[in-house]
Amino acid sequence: MAEIVQEEKQEGGKKKPKKHSVNIDMTPMVDLMCLLITFFMLTTAFSKSKVMEIVLPEKLTKNVDPPKIAESRTLNIILGPHDKVYWYPGKADPRKLPLPILQETDYSDKGIRQILLERNQALFRKIDQFKSDVLTGKIEIPRDSVQSAIRKLKKEDDTGPIVLIKASKEARYANVVDIIDEMSICGIARYALVDINYVEVGMLKSATQGQTAATPVPTK
Amino acid sequence: MTPMVDLFSLLLTFFMLTATIRPQEPAPVDIPLSISEKTAPDKDYMTVVLSKDDRVFFTVDNGDTSQHFRAKLLMAMGKHYNVPFTQEEVENFEKNPGSFGVSMSNMKKYLDADNPKERQALQTGMPIDSTDDQLAMWILYTRQINPDVQTCIKGDGDATFPLVKKVLDILQDKNVNRFNLITNLEKVEVKENAQ
Repeated sequence: MAEIVQEEKQEGGKKKPKKHSVNIDMTPMVDLMCLLITFFMLTTAFSKSKVMEIVLPEKLTKNVDPPKIAESRTLNIILGPHDKVYWYPGKADPRKLPLPILQETDYSDKGIRQILLERNQALFRKIDQFKSDVLTGKIEIPRDSVQSAIRKLKKEDDTGPIVLIKASKEARYANVVDIIDEMSICGIARYALVDINYVEVGMLKSATQGQTAATPVPTK
Repeated sequence: MTPMVDLFSLLLTFFMLTATIRPQEPAPVDIPLSISEKTAPDKDYMTVVLSKDDRVFFTVDNGDTSQHFRAKLLMAMGKHYNVPFTQEEVENFEKNPGSFGVSMSNMKKYLDADNPKERQALQTGMPIDSTDDQLAMWILYTRQINPDVQTCIKGDGDATFPLVKKVLDILQDKNVNRFNLITNLEKVEVKENAQ
């Protein structure tokens, strides 16, 4: 149609620059764009890395006694070599023999998590109940205050264990992250990273040695 | 064809604008997983990187560069260790936001080096011995220059605990008690099956 109009105009004698219907070959451009898009898609990191926040207590000055905690609620977790975890309840006192026996477990969801959940049942159930109540609409609460409400539940709790995390020299950084993560999974209200003491080093040593002595006895 | 090109240019613009340039890390770091959903800070943070072979690196990122925190930091460190830096070296330091594990005695050489290989060879890890604790000084001056700075620790899963403990101790000596451990997200479902 357009061409016909043009022709008519030319026949009419009016001088106008001739209109070309321009056809640019866009294929190379599209090719390039495809390549660039692929490049950017592959190099973009969409998920920003996450952080796990921990707050350590301030270092105590020499004159201040460390805070006292109830022995019956204490659960000691020792991060051993080769991704193993050892735990014992209470306190290892070299003056009170026999020493508690170290139980061995691992970082899987069947390992240390079950032990922590078992001990933290009351609080874990309370938090779980609260979360499901919020989801089903039983409790009307603004969304931003859910976390602080859970924090309050944790603060009020006085049945759950006080977990002391002690990493041995052979532990890896991933072990520390795993165990702190496990604390937040199980909703443990009170836990602390503590230095391992010499009694526990000895206990750990005998536990690992006992294990290696016990394992290479294959029964035929 | 035209609609396709339109769409492509839109996509291209989108990806170009959202792309964030990652500074190159001097050592590969395989970060552990956690369930934490808090995102890492994107400005005013310093990061201590622990690599698999137990080297320590350090970096500061203040988000906007208008206040020249990195330049001020390098000047302060140079003054403390009696290493005068030229204008060019300071600019070089500002331009490269990646983490560095270079002792102050090699810092000048590191900043003057013009090819990445030469730089890589100087990345021997930050000295953290109690006799020559340069990491502590970096942390001290960073906090003096920018008091809002947050602390991140980016450790390889295989870094040994004594090193982690050492770094935590250094940070605590400088009154840093709140840390962000950088992790990757991992979904976990917990069902209580005690009954």
